[in-house]
Amino acid sequence: MSKTIVIDPVTRIEGHAKISIYLDEAGEVAGARFHVTEFRGFERFCLGRPFWEMPAITARICGICPVSHILASAKAGDAILSVRVPPAAEKLRRLMNLAQIIQSHALSVFHLSGPDLFLGFESDPAQRNLFGLIAAEPELARKGIELRQFGQELIERLGGRKIHPAWAVPGGVRHGLEDADRAAIAAGLPAARATVLETLARFKGMLDRFADEVASYGRFASLFLALTNERGTWEHYDGQLRVMDSQGHILSDRVPPEEYAEVIGEAAQDWSYLKFPYYRPYGFPEGMYRVGPLARLNICRSFGTPLADAELVEMRRRAGGGPVTASFYYHYARLIEILGSLELIERLLDDPDLRARRLRAEADVNQLDAVGCSEAPRGALFHHYRVDAYGLLTYVNLIIATGQNNLAMNRTVTQIAERYLRGGRLDEGLLNRIEGGIRAFDPCLSCSTHAVGMTALTVRLHGPDGRILDEVMR
Amino acid sequence: MAARTLTIDGRLVSARAGESILEAARDAGIHIPTLCYLEGLSEMGACRLCLVEVTGSNRLLPACLTPVSEGMEVHTATERLREHRRAIVELLFAERNHVCAVCVASGNCELQNLAIRVGMTHVRYDYLNPVCAVDISHPQFGIDHNRCVLCARCVRACDEVEGVHTWDIAGRGVNARVITDLGVPWGEAESCTSCGKCLLACPTGAIFRRGTSVAELERDPKRIALIVASRQERW
Repeated sequence: MSKTIVIDPVTRIEGHAKISIYLDEAGEVAGARFHVTEFRGFERFCLGRPFWEMPAITARICGICPVSHILASAKAGDAILSVRVPPAAEKLRRLMNLAQIIQSHALSVFHLSGPDLFLGFESDPAQRNLFGLIAAEPELARKGIELRQFGQELIERLGGRKIHPAWAVPGGVRHGLEDADRAAIAAGLPAARATVLETLARFKGMLDRFADEVASYGRFASLFLALTNERGTWEHYDGQLRVMDSQGHILSDRVPPEEYAEVIGEAAQDWSYLKFPYYRPYGFPEGMYRVGPLARLNICRSFGTPLADAELVEMRRRAGGGPVTASFYYHYARLIEILGSLELIERLLDDPDLRARRLRAEADVNQLDAVGCSEAPRGALFHHYRVDAYGLLTYVNLIIATGQNNLAMNRTVTQIAERYLRGGRLDEGLLNRIEGGIRAFDPCLSCSTHAVGMTALTVRLHGPDGRILDEVMR
Repeated sequence: MAARTLTIDGRLVSARAGESILEAARDAGIHIPTLCYLEGLSEMGACRLCLVEVTGSNRLLPACLTPVSEGMEVHTATERLREHRRAIVELLFAERNHVCAVCVASGNCELQNLAIRVGMTHVRYDYLNPVCAVDISHPQFGIDHNRCVLCARCVRACDEVEGVHTWDIAGRGVNARVITDLGVPWGEAESCTSCGKCLLACPTGAIFRRGTSVAELERDPKRIALIVASRQERW
């Protein structure tokens, strides 16, 4: 008899989800689904608002990566105004995005995945949480929390508050960085760097023991998508899109973010509120691609800073050269990105441009269709707006990193179930492994479920050969 | 001018004849919450937040429109009044779509301050969630009807201080809306001088400068009284 196994809810991720595993007559895994059961609706209820309110409104999408939404939204606003923001504003925005990547990655590595990684996937579930980690590894947990604090405090020093700082606005930023704050940030860098180097060493030491997880927690060929710049170094704020396959072939390159629809299509399924973006030339679902730390590190030629580059070379060597296809390495990539972000912050703090007074370009509505794109901690983030002649929004499309990893997360769940499900029975270890596999992507579901009417409102008439005979969409 | 002696909350207060209870209370340092009242503009009695109890009257009376009289006994903060005021503020929130977290006026909003002052922890009434337009057709300013409380301070500032009467109120009850000229988009209202006094007078984020983002609205409604006073001195 066929059977369905349900894990509900999935814990230690940002948002609400459940997983179904489908078994066939023989009790083998026939398929698995990662259902996102929450719904937000920003794409609908923001219609009619002035575009300059969007950084503050979309910041509320998420308490963990509000900065990403603020920046993508402000950049879309820059494009509506048709301005190039003052150099100081761009550098300050970069500074805040780096802080955001550090704090969000620290949250993922230490608070959310730390219990799995440092206590073990099959350790006592009653202890396998942040408090268990604090009890077993007080020093590690404390340093991890302090690393996140470093990022959060940098955000606060720039934006006035740690969460939802309504600071970046269309045209620039609202205020600059005081000398005292700059000094305080610089003073926190050495301890943050020591923590991440120590954690990287420890992670690498454990990697051989995780050989099984590396092999089965979402290791498969897929495409990768990220922003890249002219120098080919790691990019997080601006630049153009690149799509690479798992052999390292570049399939699309120098795609301006405003032409994202050329490379990204969005599918919907009636069993999840999370959309399924795919690489348009390959179609759905063959166009599965991954975004985020691993994709960025696969796509860049080098990181562009000495310590992170040394680690990147080592990671690639450990993975066997070429693009890394094991999703377990997302954790590894996160640590390298924290390290590189700290190096980039150190470099930025010395930049004399940061002291400039001019922080905000002024203009009115000059373009009616605009896209803002930046790299959120979890991957490329797109805010696409259309406005009327006065600047009221008539169309909002948000493409969120977690959505772009949706196909890969579903594949990961299936792969883990195939590897660890035995005798058609659920045990604690399997459940935890599936959750752990999902956590490698650090999904943020509260970020990623916005469209109204995207699910179950497409009706397709299929012929016997699977060809689509007719299609109605609302 | 003849003086009147009355008691407010048990305190003996002297006031000028013809002065309102609200003015007498403020002169004596007794706070009565208001929303539609703005110094420099005529009183309207629209918001009912300044209702007080006067011994000998069954009805609650608006302090802004009730003149003082000799021997009057006024209570401004009874349990009954406190409950009424909280209900009024909750009804204001329920009637439109006020979202402080993303509002230009957050931190500089009389409605937000009132909610804190009356101890509003939540709204006990069903939200009406009306569909309200945002009009940003004016080159400098915008009006978001989601945040309008119909205090008519913009209407009076425009009429009484600027002297053009671009603003008025159309419709009745929950359908009432402030309008510019005869209900045309603000950018097409020919009478508007773009002076910005409506922005100064607005107690919430309903009227804002274009391009202003969350909590960025800076305006001081006291400047209306300053403009009125300065003008009288010159004459």
